[in-house]
Amino acid sequence: MFGLKEDWSLEVPERYFTLENYAGGVARWCPSCGDHAVLSAVQKICRDEQLPPEKVVAVSGIGCSSRFPHYMHTYGFHGLHGRALPVACGVKSRRPDLHVWVATGDGDCCSIGAGHWVHALRYNMDITVMLFDNNVYGLTKKQTSPTTPQGLVTNTHPGGAWLPPLNVLQTTLGFTNISFVARTVDWNPLHLYQTLKRAYEHKGLSFVHILQRCPTYTEGIFEQFRNNPENVLLLTHENGVPADPAVAKMYKNQMEHDPADLNRARELADESGRLPIGLFYWNPNAPLYDEYLKVGMGMTQEEKKAGLEKELDRFAI
Amino acid sequence: MTKKKATTQPEAAEAAEGGASADAAGGRRVLEQSIVEIVSDSGEGAQKAGQTFGTVSAKMGNGVWTVEIIPAEIKPPARSRAGASGIRVRIGSKAVTNMGDEADLVVAFNEQVLYGRIAQGAYRPGTVVLLENKWKDDPQEDIRQQYAEALEEFRAKGLDVRELPLEEACKQVVENPRLGKNMFVLGMLCQIYGRDLQKALDEIQVVFGRKGEKVVGMNQSLIRAGWDYAAENLGLAFEVPPWENDKPLVVMNGNQATGLGVMAAGMELVSMYPITPATSVSHYLARGFPRVGGVVHQAEDEIAAIGFAIGASYAGKTACTVTSGPGLALKTEFLGLAVMAEVPLVVILVQRGGPSTGLPTKVEQGDLLAVLYGQPGDAPKVVVAPATIEECYHFVPMARKLAEDFRTPVIMLTDTNLATGVAPFPRPTIDTDVMAPPLDLSPWPEGLRPYDWDPETGLSPRPIPGQRGGEYCLTGLAHTQLSKVAYDPISNQTGCAMRSRKMAALAKTLVPPEIHGDDEGDLLVVGWGSTLGAIDEAVDRLQAKGRKVSSVHLRFLSPLEPGLTEMFARFKQVMTVEINYSDRPGDPLIDGETRRQAQLAALLRQKTLMDVDSWSVVEGQPLAPRVVEEVLLARLEGRPDPRTEAVATAQVTSEQQEAEGELACSV
Repeated sequence: MFGLKEDWSLEVPERYFTLENYAGGVARWCPSCGDHAVLSAVQKICRDEQLPPEKVVAVSGIGCSSRFPHYMHTYGFHGLHGRALPVACGVKSRRPDLHVWVATGDGDCCSIGAGHWVHALRYNMDITVMLFDNNVYGLTKKQTSPTTPQGLVTNTHPGGAWLPPLNVLQTTLGFTNISFVARTVDWNPLHLYQTLKRAYEHKGLSFVHILQRCPTYTEGIFEQFRNNPENVLLLTHENGVPADPAVAKMYKNQMEHDPADLNRARELADESGRLPIGLFYWNPNAPLYDEYLKVGMGMTQEEKKAGLEKELDRFAI
Repeated sequence: MTKKKATTQPEAAEAAEGGASADAAGGRRVLEQSIVEIVSDSGEGAQKAGQTFGTVSAKMGNGVWTVEIIPAEIKPPARSRAGASGIRVRIGSKAVTNMGDEADLVVAFNEQVLYGRIAQGAYRPGTVVLLENKWKDDPQEDIRQQYAEALEEFRAKGLDVRELPLEEACKQVVENPRLGKNMFVLGMLCQIYGRDLQKALDEIQVVFGRKGEKVVGMNQSLIRAGWDYAAENLGLAFEVPPWENDKPLVVMNGNQATGLGVMAAGMELVSMYPITPATSVSHYLARGFPRVGGVVHQAEDEIAAIGFAIGASYAGKTACTVTSGPGLALKTEFLGLAVMAEVPLVVILVQRGGPSTGLPTKVEQGDLLAVLYGQPGDAPKVVVAPATIEECYHFVPMARKLAEDFRTPVIMLTDTNLATGVAPFPRPTIDTDVMAPPLDLSPWPEGLRPYDWDPETGLSPRPIPGQRGGEYCLTGLAHTQLSKVAYDPISNQTGCAMRSRKMAALAKTLVPPEIHGDDEGDLLVVGWGSTLGAIDEAVDRLQAKGRKVSSVHLRFLSPLEPGLTEMFARFKQVMTVEINYSDRPGDPLIDGETRRQAQLAALLRQKTLMDVDSWSVVEGQPLAPRVVEEVLLARLEGRPDPRTEAVATAQVTSEQQEAEGELACSV
């Protein structure tokens, strides 16, 4: 932000934002909950992009991760269980100047709000959606979620979760008019940051599936990937999540994957055993519903009055 | 049929009830008002013909009210009793505010569709029925037989049935008479009522202009043919003199008026999900809204529709969602959030019959208590109900203003009667002062909290995203003035009090409603919504007969208008007349303890602690003034409520329909 311009003059912006400018209330998630890492990453992106806090809106539903907006010192909307996406799209509809971040969980997005998940992705509005997937309902104290592994003991399935878990990315990659689908993990802050930043930069709905640890109810559930990085498959591509040397050093298993290849992306979503992370699918040309919704914005009251007179003429007798 | 005693062959002129004058106007019988119906199978264009007839009449200076007769299905089977589709047009020499009583003249494309209308009490002995006669020569014997039986039955009821070769006559003009019959009928009606033929032809140019000259020309030929046919063959000639009115007028239905109201309010977004009978507001807006820079969002479901509107409203662009009963049920949770978090929002609820899927295309005022009390917890909100099509227009800008000033959802209740009724009203003057002002994103005043409640009124200014320094996190959880989640006893008590206080603050700005008639007497009738015209007409008739009856119509249901207790005390009896369910006194098990009152009555009893009585029906029809008149008279004379014809015959009709496998399925 600060810097010398071509004419050697020093550019001093009127406002400069530090991380503190985005820090809201003290986060009350459990210690070592993965949500803290996502919050930090988003605050860093806001800082690095120098987004004026008043232009940022964090929208969420209900659940542990949906407390996210309270911890951002920006505008926030902590609404109803499952309904973050319609609200977020509504916020953006006539206010394209706002930067909208959505925090939603595996219960919020894939269960009670699943209908909106399908359609918001199809609308492809220019917002960033973060799915915090901890494989369980946390806030209501350990009930089975759509992504709970089969056999995991929960309070609603004391004999172990009966059904196979819903494959989030396989499902998402089946929706129509998707434009950005990625996966990252909370325990690799660099990859998390790079993925979310790439998502933020994408013009369209960016959907980021974040594996997020719950130290209280699903402790250890992602340990196979955390302790054994060789179980993680790092997706690389010039159009993908930018490769960071530290990330590349950690994840030896790498695969060049062109995010334009939807079929390959779907195959990767089906991987069992290995955990692919990175950008699965990217289509910068998918139509944006924003373009439809913002038509007529900025019309003055006098113009509106003239338009209304014309409409009334149609009914005049 | 309200008169049991049938006359055998009534004079044609008796069709002209309702203040017929013997004076001839160019050989025409002069009427103060007349009611015409066109009934047909679905898709035969009866509504188009009737609407055009209504428009032409309005253009000639008559008061007009049209009511659509709508089957529940898009294409019910032909010649189906439950599938009657059509229109009623009431024209008068003064403003017409409701559908009136029984029809004077009916044009029917087949005899079966008349059964349902007869069961609904739409006709009387002497009603002239111009009936398509091609069925008497139908190749199928059962159809010929049905036709003959119906003819006999209708005549026995006193209907003045005249058989006409409608299709035969049309064939002289067009090849496919089924598609042009409606225009032929329009020509006939224009002749019978002495309409200006040129106005009808011009109107056709407007309606079909886009389809090209050939279509326009064909339809105009049909109108001329119908005109000539009526002049030569029918011997029916009436005149309904114009209403003295020199103001410019517009004519439209209530859903179009509502849509225009949204535009007049300067709103930019309507977020909806298709639902009968609300959808046509959005149909209209989808075409008209871009003229004022607005957009219609068709959401994936009712919940998303309101969520999207709330999102836009939160971001400073107060939006509107339009729905009907089942949609309201789904929107309940979001409505509670809008109340709790004080998000301005306009919800237009076009009521239909309930509960559940109920009667999608029929009239009911059954959602009043649902909107008031449908949310868990205490969720006070503003509820208003326009009583006329004109008010549908003017109430939307008011609703937006109230929503923003009081930082609350405002629900505007209309119903199918207003939604599909068409009437002229003075062209509104457009006032940019009632339009949403441009967004003000100047910095949020330092030290001001996101819910800086005025302790006296509960009102507070609202930060809009983009306002520097106003950053806050809206939440549906109990919260402090800083919008911080708070579970402590005082915060929740205070929040509830402040939200409730806003209703009191609004109530203090309202004035007592005007009484129609003397401000004291034997009976005060209280109504709300679309029943205004029928109630006032009934009250006028009783007043003319020297009865001490007055009426009052409420536009604000939450908060209620002030002064009601004092007003009610000046009358010996107070009762509501509504279109929703209440138990009938005298029914099995129904007594003072068990009887459930109509919805407004329940509300008024709670509010005034007075013995407000009620009469209500859920027959799916708009109220006819005569029915209301009979009910009020019975109350005045201490007699039990008369039953409407529809109730008396309903059971029979349902059994018949069931036997025929014709029960309409809902949409």
